[in-house]
Formats: sequence, structure tokens, C-alpha cells
Amino acid sequence: MKRGFQIKETLDKLLKEGKKAFIPYIMAGDPNLEETAKRLQILQKAGADIIELGVPFTDPLADGPTIQRAAERALKSSTTLRKILQFLRECRISTPLVLMTYLNPVYCFGLENFFKAAQEAGVGGVIFPDLTVEESKPYREYAKKYKIDTIFLVAPTSTPLRVKKIVQASTGFVYYVSITGITGSHLRLDKDFKNHIKLVKSFGKPICIGFGISKPEEAKYVVQYSDGVIVGSAIVKAFHENPHNAYNLIKSLREAI
Amino acid sequence: MAHKRGYFGEYGGQFVPETLMPALEELEKAFFLAKKDKNFMLEFESLLKDYVGRPTPLYFAKRLTEYLGGGKIYLKREDLAHTGAHKINNALGQALLTKRIMKKDRIIAETGAGQHGVATATGAALVGISCDIYMGEEDIRRQALNVFRMNLLGAKVIPVNTGSKTLKDAINEALRDWTTNVKNTHYVMGTVFGPHPYPSLVRFFQQIIGKETKKQILSKEGRLPDLLIACVGGGSNSIGLFSEFINDKSVQMIGVEAGGKGIESGLHAARFAGGAKGIFQGCLSYVLENEDGNILPTHSVSAGLDYASVGPEHAFLRDIGRVKYTYATDDEALQAFELLSRLEGIIPALESAHAVAEAIKLAPTLSKESIIVVNLSGRGDKDVQEVARIKGIESLK
Repeated sequence: MKRGFQIKETLDKLLKEGKKAFIPYIMAGDPNLEETAKRLQILQKAGADIIELGVPFTDPLADGPTIQRAAERALKSSTTLRKILQFLRECRISTPLVLMTYLNPVYCFGLENFFKAAQEAGVGGVIFPDLTVEESKPYREYAKKYKIDTIFLVAPTSTPLRVKKIVQASTGFVYYVSITGITGSHLRLDKDFKNHIKLVKSFGKPICIGFGISKPEEAKYVVQYSDGVIVGSAIVKAFHENPHNAYNLIKSLREAI
Repeated sequence: MAHKRGYFGEYGGQFVPETLMPALEELEKAFFLAKKDKNFMLEFESLLKDYVGRPTPLYFAKRLTEYLGGGKIYLKREDLAHTGAHKINNALGQALLTKRIMKKDRIIAETGAGQHGVATATGAALVGISCDIYMGEEDIRRQALNVFRMNLLGAKVIPVNTGSKTLKDAINEALRDWTTNVKNTHYVMGTVFGPHPYPSLVRFFQQIIGKETKKQILSKEGRLPDLLIACVGGGSNSIGLFSEFINDKSVQMIGVEAGGKGIESGLHAARFAGGAKGIFQGCLSYVLENEDGNILPTHSVSAGLDYASVGPEHAFLRDIGRVKYTYATDDEALQAFELLSRLEGIIPALESAHAVAEAIKLAPTLSKESIIVVNLSGRGDKDVQEVARIKGIESLK
């Protein structure tokens, strides 16, 4: 079994070395779990510091069309949270993993059962896109018990009071949603972005920026304000539409950061 | 009973992306201000009277009562409200809230049957703000007339072709739009569902149904009714009627869900008969889901009841036994649709026909002195074409 809280550990180590985290995202089971095993290896080889792995859900209301379609493909091959955890127990890749899942699959799995199974599967952290900090107490308690980091999202619209609560609830890093909107939209940095991110940073936890970053130059631009960059839709799209070129894209994102 | 903020017992809450939380906080504040704002409430009430045509009548359905040979059946005529359903009460309230209190210039909404979409487009036209309506492609097919009505009212109808192409997918898309355009846009949720404060906000604007009903029945019969019946999709017309009577212990209440082609068939939208607890589209309630937590497709002849979850307050009222929930099948609803049309000259919405179907089952078992109030939540003009299609009437296809 891994040591636990690997996301925090990874970020702390990178910060100490003066490096930035590159966090690619893929959807588990897109189009099936055998392919996911291959893609995880590719991400690892391309130099991912942490990999964010999506769990398919029928109603992914925080995701844009690219990830919605990836979820549909994954559901078509009967990929479920249970199967993903089983798969991770068997595949054991060494790059730390963050599981991103909507709440209902977790709720139906049972909260404690989920965190226990996630620990056994070597999951380092979790992101629940529809869990607000207000509702998060029971989730955080189990996460702590099973040594799993809880990563919360901060939005440009989050008020200072909310930012404080969110940063305090986050372990590992804080996920800064760089645009107001859903994943995969065109990158557009808010003009108050820098001030807002300064505010988030002032509460003293690492910040990674995600949502809307698709090109190496965008990654390079946003990483100067953060401790890491998350790239989702662009990688999901590359693997689906142009798999032979996916590695090159991922590698170029890695090198830009 | 004391509840945790935003909760009804263990149900409700706020399960949404963080991007929306500041908007929900703003909405909660606006709602609080509106309730205390005399001018706002006066304007709302005067619009309900002069624009919506309230109070809607409480009509004694004499021929239906005689035909069934049991309890006296009264119909609360929400079908006579402007735009043809109770939906206008809430849509108007939220449109006013958008313009007067939150000072935003755009509203969006989801719609299933199209009634809430039409009501929201109407509210937007009245207060002078822009309006986009998300509607599943399957519902657009079933409710073509309402799509045209929304266009006439100046709203844009955006087809949704993801997932099951019905109400739940329209809500997903509306929430995505809201996430992106939250600064100038208010999302007019059409029912007592979603994240707090929507279940309380929508109930507040729909309570007028029950308040009027109580006054009207007391003046007609000199006593409270024995039984209230309303259909339950998300559950706004039923909450609107029930909430005023919750503390009147002698009044029984029945919520009627969509039984579709029967519970065993799996083709239904009866969350209490066939669902389990789950977190979906912003709140914890009863959900039609599989064991992995994915949401199941639903079916109902009525687009407005064709939804995988139900308002959290209903889940609570069911748990404490205050409201009994049952269902009517497509066939039962269609029979009720025709029976009410023929006996009373009232063509009910297919949604409301589910409530009528329950009255048809129960009235004969009750004494002639007992009083039943059925919420006739909407009129059936929008459904005529779909019913003709089901009956195989070629010329209307």
C-alpha cells in the first residue's frame, strides 16, 4: 500500500525543488479500461507529476462536450466506479493519481466504502466537482481517515470568505478554475485573475490551474501564476481524435511548464 | 420542525460546482430581500391578479362527481392561469426577482413539457429581459406547439441532444450555461428541485395555490377538504397546494407520480416506487438510478413528469408520512384525460391527468360527504397532438 496523502507529498517535493506540477486528465474507460492502462503509461512516460483520472457519470454537469462524450464512450463499455477501483488495484502505476468523480457514484458506493476502496487502489486524492465546501465535512473526515487528499475547486467568482473556507478544506492543492465556465471552453483569463489568485495564494496552499488550457503556450502563460497546470479536454480530445500525436502534445505541454 | 439550512430532514442541500455557489448565495439574499420588500410583493401580487388572472377558480366538478358516485370532487383551476398552467406563478416571481432585486438582464430556463419555458418566456417579455430556454430534442418533438409559443414570446429555444434528450439533459445544459454566464444571467428553475434556495424559492411563489384553495373551500363548504391530490414531477404544483395544509392534520394528501408503462417495465418516472436516495442536479433526494449511481432513463406520456428525481421536500414529506405518494400509468392518465374532457368540457394537461386518474380511483371508495380537491395544474391544449398521435389519428400526425 502506498504511503497516503501522496498528492500533498508530490506538491511539497516539487515546490522544494522549484518545479511546477503537470497534471494531465483522462477519462477512465474511454473507450475501455485496457486503453486506459495504455494511456496511463503514456502520461507517465511523458512526465506527468500527477494524473487526474475521471470517473464516467451519466450527467456530468460541470463538464463540456469533449469530456461528456468521453464519459458516454466509457459508459458504453460499462465502466463503473467499482470497476475503475478494481482496475487501479491491478494496474498500479507509480505516478500519483487523483480520482475525479461526481458525487452520486460515491454516494451509492457508500462514503466510507469508497474511501477505503480508493486507499486500497492506491488513489492519492479525490476531486468531487459537485461537492461544495459546505457539504464536505463527512467526505473530508473519511478522506483523512484513509489518508486521501481532498482537492476543492476555487472559481474566479468565489468570494474571499469562500476562498478561505475552500483553501482550508483542501489538502494537496487547490484547483483554480481559470475561466468562469465549464471544462474545454476557450481560454480567456479574467482581468481580475491575478489579484484573485494572489488572494487564494495568501492562504498558503499550492494552487494548480485548470479548465480551458489546451496549448503549450497557454500552459506556459498560466503556470507563472501557479504551482501547476491541469490539462483535460485537450488531452482527451487528442487521444480520441489523433492518438498517434497524443504523446507529442502531452510532451510539449510538459516541457512548456 | 427545525431543519438544517437548505435541508428538509436529510434531503436537499447544495451539490453544485463552486462556480455557481456565489450565484446561489446572491439568489438566497435576493429572495430574503424580496420577501421583506413591500413594493416587490405588491407588484408581484398585483401581477398575479391583473396579469395571471388570479385567484383561479375552485370548481365543483358535478358531472365527474356524479359519474364516479362517491366523494365530491373540486378542481383547482390552475389551467385557467395565464399561459395555461401554474408555472407562471413561479416564472413571474423569478423574472421580477431578476430584474428588480438582482438587476440582471438575462434569464435562462429548462423546460420539459414546455409550460415552464412558455411561462419563463412570458415573464421575460413582461419585465423586458432576454431569455433562452433549454429543451430536449425528444420534448421538442412532443411539444412542438410550445416551442413556437416561446419563439413568439421572443425567447430562443436551444435544443439539447445529449443523454436522453429530455428534461434532465435540459437542466444539465442550463446549468452549464449558468456556470459560464453567471454574472448577467439568472437561472429560473421551474420546480421545487435543485440546490438550495430553489426548493424554498419556488415553493414560496407557488404557495398562492394552496392559500386560495383554503379560502375558497371554506367559503363553499365551510370546512377543510378531506383529501388533496396533485401530480408530482419535480413537485411544484403539489407543494404549492399542499404547503398551506401541512399543519391541518385532518387533510390527507396524495402525490401522483408517472407510472409510465408500469413499474415492472422499468419505463416510468415513479421515483418513490422505483428509486433510491441519491445526489442529482444539486440536491439529495429520491432518484431513479442504477447501483453504480448512474441516472436511469425515464418514461412518461407526459413530458412534465418525465424526470429522474423529485423535490427534496417531497422526499421528506414521504418519510414522515405526511403525504402519500402513488402513481398513475400512461393508460390511466390517458383515460382520465378523455373522461374529464367529455364529462366536464375541460381538457387537462397530461401531467394533471395523472392527478385526475387518482381521483377516479379513489372517489368511488369515499362517502358522498367527503371532499376531494384535485389540482388541475395545467390545460391540455399542448397535449392534443401527442394524444392524437398515440391514438393513431392520422390527420394530426
